[in-house]
Amino acid sequence: MSANLSAVFYLISGVLFILALRGLSSPETSRLGNFFGILGMTIAITVTFLSIVSFSSGLIYVLIFLLIGGLVGAFIAYKIPMTAMPELVAGFHSLVGLSAVLVAVSAFLNPEAFNLGSLGSIKLASLIEMSIGAAVGAITFSGSIIAFLKLQGIMSGSPITFKGQHLFNALLLVSIIVLTYLLCSTQSSNFFWILLAVSFLIGFLLIIPIGGADMPVVISMLNSYSGWAAAGIGFTLENSALIITGALVGSSGAILSYIMCKGMNRSFFNVILGGFGAAEQSASSSNKEYRPVKSGNAEDAAFLMKNASSVIIVPGYGMAVAQAQHALREMVDTLKKNDIKVTYAIHPVAGRMPGHMNVLLAEANVPYDEVFELEEINNDFANADVAFVIGANDVTNPAAKSDPQSPIYGMPVLDVEKCKSVLFVKRSLSSGYAGIDNDLFYKENTLMLFADAKKMTEEITKNL
Amino acid sequence: MEIDPFIFRLSIFILSIFIGYYVVWSVTPSLHTPLMSVTNAISSVIIVGAIIAGLAGNSDNEFTISNILGFVAISLAAVNIFGGFLVTQRMLQMYKKKKKDK
Repeated sequence: MSANLSAVFYLISGVLFILALRGLSSPETSRLGNFFGILGMTIAITVTFLSIVSFSSGLIYVLIFLLIGGLVGAFIAYKIPMTAMPELVAGFHSLVGLSAVLVAVSAFLNPEAFNLGSLGSIKLASLIEMSIGAAVGAITFSGSIIAFLKLQGIMSGSPITFKGQHLFNALLLVSIIVLTYLLCSTQSSNFFWILLAVSFLIGFLLIIPIGGADMPVVISMLNSYSGWAAAGIGFTLENSALIITGALVGSSGAILSYIMCKGMNRSFFNVILGGFGAAEQSASSSNKEYRPVKSGNAEDAAFLMKNASSVIIVPGYGMAVAQAQHALREMVDTLKKNDIKVTYAIHPVAGRMPGHMNVLLAEANVPYDEVFELEEINNDFANADVAFVIGANDVTNPAAKSDPQSPIYGMPVLDVEKCKSVLFVKRSLSSGYAGIDNDLFYKENTLMLFADAKKMTEEITKNL
Repeated sequence: MEIDPFIFRLSIFILSIFIGYYVVWSVTPSLHTPLMSVTNAISSVIIVGAIIAGLAGNSDNEFTISNILGFVAISLAAVNIFGGFLVTQRMLQMYKKKKKDK
């Protein structure tokens, strides 16, 4: 296949990838979109095989490795529980990063195969593109590994900080530029290896100071990085499919990070520099006064909901941890049988990744047209009888609106307190991720239900 | 004076960023998780580079480090391609509308 013809096909697969993302604008078109994505990938891979003129005996190995990877991927995709989606996505990001690094190294060692000149005299532009691809790929890889470990709970979700961290990171970033310059001027492979090592280190250091609940931003950010890494390699390989995809994924991840940051009313740099709430946390817990709370049991909750005409459910990360989404749906089914209107309100940063709650509710067969975003539903709380908060905390805290001293002041929150009554399922009175007390616990119309989210929901269903 | 092909690639890149910007803003927030898994899958089109790396070289049975790195990259990217598209498919199947009979 001629180079021009294959370039046309790469362009087609790039367009198909655009259509794949376009399909996600509504759930009806999304499945077709995913099909376009698969088609684009198939075209890209087929064209690559066809454009290679002389097949070496490596072909059989290429196919075997493709098959092994494919089987592993398919197996994971079928087995993974929906609650583990953040870990899965973080893990997948690390694979994109690592393959970008491997391709870059391979191109560096054998530039003839990629038409980049010969070893020791690689074209300058290619060398720069390669360095960018490899460095961003390495950062994506090690950063995603840390994100994965934190999400999986293998590593503590609390931020790890040390003195001079920001200065050290800044120095490392500068050293990347210096190393790239040295690499280009000397063509010495040593600088390439040091560049890779430093990039891996930056990835680790960038993610360790970021706390567990900031993971939605981190995952989106790493998503973006994996795109830029792919684009860097795309420039090296002069492949338009890779360049288009890299740009799409890069901007997609960047937009998601922006949405997540806005959902927390924090600047991107504030999240990245990490250590959120570390100082305030100790201050607020030391002068905590005892305040009375009303607590109830499943019967009280069932009584309240049975006499309501509309209920709004506010799910949060706690629901995912307790795997309570199916029990919740059963409770809602029972409520609906009693002619009670039930809707779901989802905060942009509920859960550990963008859209996390939506997927879990979809898994539990909750129709997506009953699930609403913050802006769509926030006015409805004033007219609702009961708000059922399950596993969410900070996103309902009225202090974000009223208390300028609060670390979460200015963050958009769900106006749960405007409901006639609020049911709060929680294991204890402990503060949420932001380390601050939730005034909602002590409100007159709040009933605390201290229990495991799943057990409590099941019991309420029995009492309905 | 001839224009360097790099400029054309840069044009594709910049324009694609803008396409990405508008397309992604139109994605409904409830599908943000599938968006992430599908972007993951498509960014593994990096496999084309891995295939070139794996097949590069002569026809004797000796593989260079460059080839072997290519093989590893192929399997990593393949995990992502199959895993990413299939898990997206699985998620999208779950998004259903309200049934009338309820």
